[in-house]
Amino acid sequence: MAQKVSTPSLYAAREPVFPRRVKGRFRTLKWWIMGVTLGIYYLTPWIRFDRGPDMPDQAVLVDLAGRRFFMFWIEIWPHEFYFVAGLLIMAGIGLFLFTSALGRVWCGYACPQTVWTDLFILVERWIDGDRNARIRLWSRKWDPGKIAKRLFKWSLWLLIGMLTGGAWVFYFADAPSLAASLWAGTAPPVAWASIGVLTATTFVFGGFMREQVCTYMCPWPRIQAAMMDEDTLTIGYRSWRGEPRARHQRRMDAEAHGDCIDCNACFNVCPMGIDIRDGQQLQCITCALCIDACDDVMRRLGRPRGLIDYMALSDEANERAGGKPRPAWRHIFRPRTILYTVIWSLIGVALVYGLFIRSDLEFSVAPVRNPVFVTLADGTIRNIYELRLRNKSPEVKSFIIGIDSEFSDLKLSLGDKLQPSVTVMADSTYLQRVYVLAEPKSRPALTATTPITFWVADKDGGRTYHVKSVFNGEKR
Amino acid sequence: MSPDKKTVTPDEEKEIETTGHSWDGIREFNNPLPRWWLWTFYATIIWGLAYMVVYPAFPLLKQATQGLIGYDSRASLEEDINVFKQANAPLDTALVSTALEDIGARPDLAHYAATGGAAVFKTFCAQCHGAGAAGAKGYPNLLDDDWLWGGSIGDIHLTIRHGIRQEGDDDTRASEMPAFGEILERSEIADVTHYVLSIAGSTHNPSLVNSGSRVFAENCADCHGPEGRGNRELGAPNLTDRIWLYGRSQQAVAETITNGRKGMMPAWQDRLTEAQIRQVTYYIHQLGGGE
Ligand code: SF4
Ligand code: SF4
Repeated sequence: MAQKVSTPSLYAAREPVFPRRVKGRFRTLKWWIMGVTLGIYYLTPWIRFDRGPDMPDQAVLVDLAGRRFFMFWIEIWPHEFYFVAGLLIMAGIGLFLFTSALGRVWCGYACPQTVWTDLFILVERWIDGDRNARIRLWSRKWDPGKIAKRLFKWSLWLLIGMLTGGAWVFYFADAPSLAASLWAGTAPPVAWASIGVLTATTFVFGGFMREQVCTYMCPWPRIQAAMMDEDTLTIGYRSWRGEPRARHQRRMDAEAHGDCIDCNACFNVCPMGIDIRDGQQLQCITCALCIDACDDVMRRLGRPRGLIDYMALSDEANERAGGKPRPAWRHIFRPRTILYTVIWSLIGVALVYGLFIRSDLEFSVAPVRNPVFVTLADGTIRNIYELRLRNKSPEVKSFIIGIDSEFSDLKLSLGDKLQPSVTVMADSTYLQRVYVLAEPKSRPALTATTPITFWVADKDGGRTYHVKSVFNGEKR
Repeated sequence: MSPDKKTVTPDEEKEIETTGHSWDGIREFNNPLPRWWLWTFYATIIWGLAYMVVYPAFPLLKQATQGLIGYDSRASLEEDINVFKQANAPLDTALVSTALEDIGARPDLAHYAATGGAAVFKTFCAQCHGAGAAGAKGYPNLLDDDWLWGGSIGDIHLTIRHGIRQEGDDDTRASEMPAFGEILERSEIADVTHYVLSIAGSTHNPSLVNSGSRVFAENCADCHGPEGRGNRELGAPNLTDRIWLYGRSQQAVAETITNGRKGMMPAWQDRLTEAQIRQVTYYIHQLGGGE
C-alpha cells in the first residue's frame, strides 16, 4: 500500500453538501415527524389550562421564579425533582432502546439538529433550486442575482432561527403577555438574550454547520457504538447484490454485473455527504434517504427494492449465500431490547404511581437536633420540631395538629399559640416550630428515645396525615 | 464518459491517505479536522489573552496586574452589600423605632428580625452560646426558661447592649459571686454545699443540711434570697431549679462556692448597629425561652 510522503494537512475546509430532493416512504415519514415535532415545539406554550385563580393558566410552564413546573394537571415542586430526574432517565433508556434496535434512528428522524437542518434545506431548495442548481449557484461569481438570493435565504433562515428562540422563552413565562412585552420592547433582558443566543445557534447550526455538528460536535455518535451490536438494524448496502457495479451503457456487454448502476443517487441525496456503499460510517445518521433514492432507481429498473436497506450485520453471511434476511421484528424484539423496554416501563410505572399517590398536602416533621433536648427549670424535657406543611391545592386549608404516643405525659405546644390549629395559604408552604414537652421524671423524660407520631387533620376535608418521629429524653 | 473509477470491487484495496506517522507498524489515517475547529481554537486563545489583559490576572510581587477596565471583586461585593443595606434601610428604621414588645405583631418586621437575627447570632454569638443557642458549661442555654438577668425582650436587649461585667459601661450587668474559700471554713463549705443540693432536689447528705442552711442564711441569702430562688437584679441564679450553669454535681457546686464565679459577656452596643441588636434580641426571644 502506498504511503503519502507529503506533509498531510491536519485541518480541512468543509466540503459543501448539496443533498438532492428525494421522494419515498422514509422521506414521507420524516416530513410527518418534522411536522409533528415542530408543531409540538411551537404550539405547546400557547395551550391554556385553567388551574383556578392566582395560578398560571398555561398548560406547560417552567416557573423559575416560583420554582414550580406545571404540565397540565401535574405540578412539580422543587423537592419533587425526582419526577424530572425519572423522566430524564427514561429518555436516556429510551435512547438506548432505540439505538440498540435501530441504530442512530434518533439522529435521523427526531434530533432537533436534523429537523431544523431539514427545514433549512427546504427553504434553500425553494430559493436556490435543487442540487444541480445549487451547485451552479455556489460556484458562480458574486453577481447581484446571487447576492439577492443569498440575502433572501439568510433572512428567511434568521427568521426561522428567531421564531425558534422565541418559542423557547415562552416555556418560561406566560406566553401571551411575554409576546406582548416582546412586541412592545419591554421584555426582560434575559428573554432577549435567550432569543439572541438561540437565534444565532439555530442560524449557524442549521444553515452552515449542518452535518459538521453531527460529526464533530455531538458526542452521541461516539457513544452509540456501545449500544449497537450485530443484530442492530442500520443502513447498509447489499454489496453481494450490487457488485460489481456498472453504468447503464456498459451493462449490455458486461458478462456478470450486480444491481447497482452506479448512478450515485444514494450519494446525492445524503445530507451527510457520504457514500453508504463504502460501508457503515460514523457520519451516517440513518436518515434512510439513500434507501428511498435507491428504491426509486430499482423500481425504474424493475428490480426488487432494498439494495440499500435497513439491515443487520448478523444477516450478512446468510444473505450473501442467497438466504433471506430475518424479518425486522426479529431484530427489534430480542432480549436486549426487551430488557431495556422492561426497565423503561418500570420507571414509567413508578413515576405514574408516584403521581397518583402523592396528595395535595405534604406534611413533614424535622426534629431540631441542635440541641437534642432542652431541660426547663422545673425539670420538664422539651424537644423542638420543625413542622412543614405544603399545601399544593388552590384552596386555603386549616388543620388541627396533634401528637400520639403511648405516654400521656407528652404534650404538644405550639409556642405562644393557644390553639393547636394552623392555616396554610393556597399553593404555599407553612413552617412552624412546635414543642413537645415531657413532664419531669416521666418515662419519656428519662429514656433515650420514645416514638411519637405527629398528625394533622384537615378541618373540612377530614383527611388526617401522619408522620412518625421520636422524642429524645435524658439518657439514663 | 470519463473512465469509470468507481467500478471497483470492495475487495480491491483503496489507497488510503495516512499522516505518515507510524508506530510499530501501526499507521495513522489522515482524518483532517474541520478548519472551523482550528479557527475556534485560535479564537479561544485570543479570548484568553484578551481576558488576561482586560481583567486582573497575573500575580506580581506585591499585587496582581489590575486589568484595563479596573474590575475589582471586592468593590463589586461592597456594591452588592450596599444595595442590600439600602433595600433594608426602611425595615431597619422601622425596627429601631418600634417598641421591642410590638415587633412580633408586625409580620414583616418579625420575619426580618428573626432571619437577620439568626445571621447575627451565628456570626457573633454562636462562639459562646453554640450554633443552636444551647450554651455550654458557663455559657447560658438561651432555649430554656431560666434567665439570670430576665428573659423578657427588654431584659435580653439590655443584656446584649451592655454585656456582663464590662468596665466603663455604667449599665452593664454586674455578676459577682465571691470566692468563699477565703471566707468560710472547709467544713462550712461542705455543709452549705449539701444544703444547696437539697434545695435543688439533688442527691445530698441529709445530716449536713441543717448546719448548711445556717451558713446559707448568713452568707448566701443576701444574693440568692432566703429560699435560694435567686435575684435577677444581681444575676444570682435560682438554686431550686434544674438548670445549673456550672453543673449540679456535688463537686461542681463545691467548686463554685469555693472559687466564686465571674461570668462575662461583651457589650455589643459599640460593635453592632441598634437594628442588628434588635434583630438578634428578637431572634433569641422567640427561640422558645422568651418571657
Ligand atoms: S448514508 Fe443514507 S442513511 Fe446515512 S446519512 Fe446518508 S442518506 Fe442518511
Ligand atoms: S442509488 Fe442504488 S443504484 Fe444508484 S448508486 Fe446508489 S446503490 Fe447504486
